[in-house]
Amino acid sequence: MKSKFTRPVSLRDAATHYCSGCGHGILHRLVAEVIDELGLFEKTIGVAPVGCAVVAYDYWDFDCAEAAHGRALAVATGIKRCRPESVVFTYQGDGDLVSIGMGETFHTANRGENLTCIFVNNACYGMTGGQMAPTTLTGQITITTPWGRSPKAGEGWPIKFSEILASLSGVNFAARAAVSSPKEIIKARSYIKKAFTNQLENKGFSIVEVLSPCPTVWQKKPIEAMKWIDEEMVKTFPLGVIKDK
Amino acid sequence: MSGNEAMAEAAIRAGCYFYAGYPITPQNEIPTYMARRMKEEKRVFIQAESELSAINMVFGAAATGTRALTSSSSPGISLKQEGISYLAGAELPAVIINVMRGGPGLGNIASAQSDYFQSTRGGGHGDYFTPVLAPWSVPEGARLVMLAFDLADYYRTPVLILADAIIGQMMEPLIMPLRSEFKKKLPAKPWALTGAKERGQNIAKSFFLKEGALEMHNQKLGNKWKDLRNNEQRFSSYKTDDAKYLIIAYGSEARIAWEAVDILREQKIKAGLFRPISLWPYPEAGLQKCAKNIKKIFVVEQSLGQMLDDVKLALPGKEVKFLGKTGGGIPSVSEIIKFVKSTT
Repeated sequence: MKSKFTRPVSLRDAATHYCSGCGHGILHRLVAEVIDELGLFEKTIGVAPVGCAVVAYDYWDFDCAEAAHGRALAVATGIKRCRPESVVFTYQGDGDLVSIGMGETFHTANRGENLTCIFVNNACYGMTGGQMAPTTLTGQITITTPWGRSPKAGEGWPIKFSEILASLSGVNFAARAAVSSPKEIIKARSYIKKAFTNQLENKGFSIVEVLSPCPTVWQKKPIEAMKWIDEEMVKTFPLGVIKDK
Repeated sequence: MSGNEAMAEAAIRAGCYFYAGYPITPQNEIPTYMARRMKEEKRVFIQAESELSAINMVFGAAATGTRALTSSSSPGISLKQEGISYLAGAELPAVIINVMRGGPGLGNIASAQSDYFQSTRGGGHGDYFTPVLAPWSVPEGARLVMLAFDLADYYRTPVLILADAIIGQMMEPLIMPLRSEFKKKLPAKPWALTGAKERGQNIAKSFFLKEGALEMHNQKLGNKWKDLRNNEQRFSSYKTDDAKYLIIAYGSEARIAWEAVDILREQKIKAGLFRPISLWPYPEAGLQKCAKNIKKIFVVEQSLGQMLDDVKLALPGKEVKFLGKTGGGIPSVSEIIKFVKSTT
């Protein structure tokens, strides 16, 4: 019998530590599929963030570095500048990329570093138990916004960082996808492929933001969490290509 | 050449391929020199957006097995401590130059030796040390930078050069060394991130979550610190053979104390100088030997007394006197002479 759906070579046969209904599993797989498809396994160096995905290298089988919180793109810059022949990408959450690492993210993008950045937006801090993230929606309840995120209370508004990055000359490609349905997953995969292809063509900085469910923190069943992305998150974070130079 | 430029050139000659830094006085001559020279050599120079970014760029570069350097001065080094801790945890070799200025806080831009504690006690979070080398002249700055790259590669550890503003800014003639004085054969770097081709996955990491894993990892690091303590203590001594009074100082202050020793000798006072070159590991064995027949020990620092602790630890029971100035104050030749004479 011929199998139609197999595990990508870049992805290990490992038991997941992620919560049920988490989006990281899907997204790890999409990255692995694209790396396989482009034949990049031996050339790839991934940079894992601080957050739930810190041990992404336990699932991926290619070389990886682990960065301090927020510093993934600085680490990636060091790697890529020393090894331009390698394919280097970061995989970062919203707290890592938009909050503590905003400086590194912004300036790496502004230098137009020839890198691929996968930005996982789940509107909360998952690993630390569900605090407010810079991308938390207004009104969204987290353990540090127990009455819902309120701009009036000085808690700010959700930051649309991909749009902000897209305004920089160094950014070649910026897009937002979701892993909430097969249709959106296929789109996410195509954006990720584009972001890697751009690097192979020396086009500069590419970022793919992916809206991803965190049923545990959101206190929703996995299917409800997917629905919440489609019905609520996309209102603040519209899907699609933001910039394609 | 200034000390800053000499250290930068020495790094280039040591095969440093990657430099990232952020401007701060009194070390600006290093990035300025690197900006031009690294380009000439077709290597990498990046003016980073912050010290945090610079040290993490160095982390990435070092992870590929590349010789990498960053430099800064005291407040900037505080910011780099996060990255230095990660480098130590992930066992990545790199060289960090600190051209010390006054602190705490923004302090001032004058010469100081007040980062001794931070440098010799790990500096960042976690259970680790970094080798620390302190030059007392421009030529020695160049030599120690070359040595630092070899120590870093041999022991897989970040290495600190602890210079002070006087060493960084001072100009002296020098013959650039051709190679480091380090004699051991440097190991290959099979751990480097180069792509998982014809081998398994390599990971540069400092996170060990499984029960007992970090304990094991830190024990392994502990053995490395032990090796360094046993093998890499460095010092120099001057007129200590028949000395009754021993002055201990490092960096630019040792240069000042050196002159004081000669004047004291002219005045028939048997003074000698002990100068630690490695501040960590502290050259205890050498100091104990030099201090054997000494009546009185004098520690002189551009701080309120930091290396003083290591002297006391190395010489229990000995009487140790201290002369220190802080915040840009520099104990002068005449002050050292007066200090020694007042207690002899």
